[in-house]
Amino acid sequence: MSVIEQLHVGRPTSRVDGRLKVTGKAQYAAEYSTNGMLYGYIVSSTIAAGHISSMDLTAARRMPGVVEIFTHENRGKAAWLDRKWRDDVAPPGHPFRPLHSDRILFDGQPVALVVAETFEAARDAASLIAIAYEADPHCTELARKRNEAYVPPEKRSGIPPPPDPRGAAEQAYADAPVKISRDYRINPEHHNPMEMFGSTCVYEQGGKLTIYDKTQGSQNAQGYVTSVFGLSGDDVRVVNHYVGGAFGSGLRPQHQLFFAVMASLELERSVRVTMTRKQMFHIGYRPDNYQTVSLAADRDGRLQSIMHDAVAATSHYEDYQEAVVNWSGLMYHCDNVKLTYQLAKLNTATPCDMRAPGAAIGVTAMECALDELAYELGIDPLEMRRINFAQKDENTNKEFTSKALMECYRAGAAAFGWERRAQQPRAMRDGRQLVGWGVSTGIWDAFLQKAQASATLKQDGTLEVATAASDIGTGTWTILTQIGADAFGLPLEDVQARIGDSSLPMSPVEGGSWTAASNGSAVQAACDALKQSLFKLATKMANSPLADASFDDVALEGRRIFRKDDPARGLAISEIMHAAGLSELTEQGKVSPSLIQMMNYISYTHSAVFAEVQVDEDLGVVRVTRVVCAAAAGRILNPKTARSQILGGVVMGIGMALHEEGMTDHRLGKIMNANFAEYHIPAHADVEDIEVIFVDEQDDKVSPIGVKGLGEIGIVGTAAAVANAIFHATGKRVRDFPITIDKILTAPPLS
Amino acid sequence: MNRYDYVRPDTVADAITALANPDARALAGGTNLVDLMKYDVARPALVVDINRLPLKSIEVSGDKLRVGALVSNSDLAWHPDVQARWPLLASAILAGASPQLRNAATTGGNLLQRTRCYYFYDPSTACNKRAPGSGCSAIGGVNRIHAILGASSACIAVHPSDMCVALAVLGATVEVEGPQGQREIPFAEFHRLPGDMPERDNTLQQGELITAVAIPAPQFGSHFTYLKLRDRLSYAFALVSVAAALQIENGTIKDARIALGGVAHKPWRDVEAEQSLRGQAPEPRVFEAVAQLILRDAKGQGENDFKIELATRAIARALAQAAAGMPQNQSDKVIQ
Repeated sequence: MSVIEQLHVGRPTSRVDGRLKVTGKAQYAAEYSTNGMLYGYIVSSTIAAGHISSMDLTAARRMPGVVEIFTHENRGKAAWLDRKWRDDVAPPGHPFRPLHSDRILFDGQPVALVVAETFEAARDAASLIAIAYEADPHCTELARKRNEAYVPPEKRSGIPPPPDPRGAAEQAYADAPVKISRDYRINPEHHNPMEMFGSTCVYEQGGKLTIYDKTQGSQNAQGYVTSVFGLSGDDVRVVNHYVGGAFGSGLRPQHQLFFAVMASLELERSVRVTMTRKQMFHIGYRPDNYQTVSLAADRDGRLQSIMHDAVAATSHYEDYQEAVVNWSGLMYHCDNVKLTYQLAKLNTATPCDMRAPGAAIGVTAMECALDELAYELGIDPLEMRRINFAQKDENTNKEFTSKALMECYRAGAAAFGWERRAQQPRAMRDGRQLVGWGVSTGIWDAFLQKAQASATLKQDGTLEVATAASDIGTGTWTILTQIGADAFGLPLEDVQARIGDSSLPMSPVEGGSWTAASNGSAVQAACDALKQSLFKLATKMANSPLADASFDDVALEGRRIFRKDDPARGLAISEIMHAAGLSELTEQGKVSPSLIQMMNYISYTHSAVFAEVQVDEDLGVVRVTRVVCAAAAGRILNPKTARSQILGGVVMGIGMALHEEGMTDHRLGKIMNANFAEYHIPAHADVEDIEVIFVDEQDDKVSPIGVKGLGEIGIVGTAAAVANAIFHATGKRVRDFPITIDKILTAPPLS
Repeated sequence: MNRYDYVRPDTVADAITALANPDARALAGGTNLVDLMKYDVARPALVVDINRLPLKSIEVSGDKLRVGALVSNSDLAWHPDVQARWPLLASAILAGASPQLRNAATTGGNLLQRTRCYYFYDPSTACNKRAPGSGCSAIGGVNRIHAILGASSACIAVHPSDMCVALAVLGATVEVEGPQGQREIPFAEFHRLPGDMPERDNTLQQGELITAVAIPAPQFGSHFTYLKLRDRLSYAFALVSVAAALQIENGTIKDARIALGGVAHKPWRDVEAEQSLRGQAPEPRVFEAVAQLILRDAKGQGENDFKIELATRAIARALAQAAAGMPQNQSDKVIQ
């Protein structure tokens, strides 16, 4: 870490890319153009299972401007072997191959690509393609497949399966004086980032490709393209400078990337392919799930048994997995725990990671169940969580690198005014509005991933830091700039971050809340190495004023390196570069998790979420009037962008609680509300006061820069806090999310 | 979306000539038609852009309000006279859509917007409204937003407008012009029930164009409300909405008007039920009774069964708001 005062890190700093974004100058994947570019429009299947018996392309081909129509009968060359189609985050199974055959695996499956001189011609021609199908029976209804659920035989890399049972959960449950067992369901959700999926593939002289792609990982996309099309890494560059949200939907290469590249290679032209909003409902989603949580406690509220069983949807071709139930075994102290997680196959696209995958649904069920148990016991729900505080991760028997959750409870409760809460449901009201307060714990992994970065000093003493990270709206551009600026004592405008390009130093996909910790630490390491190199050059100069200094004696500021005890004795960076005959000086930095440390320690981000709702007594209309989210997330690099992350997560949590739901007609196997008018996310009117608190949490083990990450923690627990508040307000428990008016209206009243 | 020809007439007469083509569609704000074209639900051969027609004025003459067909929803809702004298109309408009949509959407277009039935928007499914004779997928399907009143075995779609629910209560008249000249259609006769012709949303004849909506003087002072219940607090179509207006004299109801949105193929009024309120005291027992009466023939489709109870409660609450002179505030979402 820099030896001088941190001028930028830790301060609320506006986005360095903010002006570009609000003035429209930040270019997104589908905004790049090149001369002679063609436009592709994807045709989607209208049945959920079966095969294509015939396609009539006659009218479409006659459309002026149409260049080619690709179907399974004339798809361009692509890899034969299954494994060639696997990307970095693919679950076990057979990755979907667009236009591979006449088989239909899910509704909305791409079945043709029309390529034309204009987007309008491609779209019009696409509407003229007549496809005849032979349908097979399909099932999109998880309830009908629960009895066929199975434990996935092959585990997904990076996703821990449920831990082995500990103690004797069933016996402890039977023996305990107070217990509840409840069923929960969270309906499927769709990511719906604002930016549509799009890829612009620029076909250059000699067949080299520069691909502007909407992705959370330029190198993952590049690896996919080179593998699927048998291309050299030198010939494919993927750029994703700006990404208009993704929430996980951009982790895996989506099929518009395949189509843009395939058409580009076949036609030897540049091609752009974008998806429609409706098509984005068929590229992966938060899986439908049924969960049962059984909890038992002694009369003092100490948990005696935790059992949590989940069945979640996957596709027929891949076993998508996420950690749903594991959290229930590590959030609270309990000696008797049994957790199970199974999958059931549906005729849908493979689900994919969506903000806090697994935790968002699993913790919701667990935290609602714990709330129910607290009422059974007559114990304050917040106190219930304190009573069962876990001092270590009992799933893995590892110590936490830090866990300032008690401070989250304290600070959150104080800000919310929790002590003024009436314990009984329906005890608080404001006119016709029933008022309820609910609480939940939130938790998410604090990962450190392998990452690399470079730091380069220019002749004028300005700095460039580079890593192939992505910024999906999270603030990555800004925090990397801040870290570089502090390392060299520079103002932000003297530092240029470079991200969003597969040619930059190695980076994992932007997900899992690990980017700030991983890429931030890599940039820090590169800067530290660069400072050492600069210092060596400085000391070697003739008559160097720093000749007798050690590295610890010097500091950097104002494009100079100088003695801390005598700032006048120093050198301008430009002088050093000039003397060394260098136009620039570059060093690399990298980080990877410490395997030795990981044997004994584990890291999580925690939060306490408090929600207030008002529910109309007769009409069931819910307003979430206040949310306080107190998070313990290690060191906060930028309180401004960090707060935005939590705000976004909380809003998405409100959506999970009250609004979001993909509605499928199971007779047809089709999602019927695949648009922004009918798939509801919170509108401004649904979002009232949200207060974000970051409690102090020092952690010298989680990552070299002490950062944990914030992308997911805001959503985890929010839906449960809202649901618990609705119970507190109304005395009605709705265990089927989202909690819409009809469910509140028809739920049985408090007995 | 298909290729189409495009004309932009300057006069109503030229527009009517162009609209004689049965494959022509009039384009005003485009907030619905353009979506329908993108979804391949509407495939007009000719788009007649009527935005240059002189139908953009709001006229108040005496006690009467006359709104040109091209007046935007925003301009209408925020017009000082409408705010002051027809606040029920303003309130209903502001309960709908978003500010951006209201800036674009027009008065005539609002009357002509198509249903939000999921199946209507998906050409791969059967829908009698979109493709007559193909069947109704919504029956037995995803239908929590569908009709509980006046539906048929051919169609259970609902009309999505908020503004029209207020117009039904206000006793508006729709002025139209077509190949046969001008005529006026009482609002209650403008929209129709689906019956066995759900492809027809209204009683406009081929080639007719809405030119204005006329609204008579209001007669209920502050005793009105527009209460809209939906799946989120803004920018969602109504599950159930209620426009209610009462004339109260000496503590009894002299006259009452109640229209429901989100429950039928047209804004739903039950004149017989309204008349049953005459001479009664404006109190909850009476409101609940009339609500039951209005919903007496309601029929659920499964997922939307809850709407019957919700509508019953919403009517009672709306009448309570109207009686108290405390109309629903569309900015502050708190329901009094």
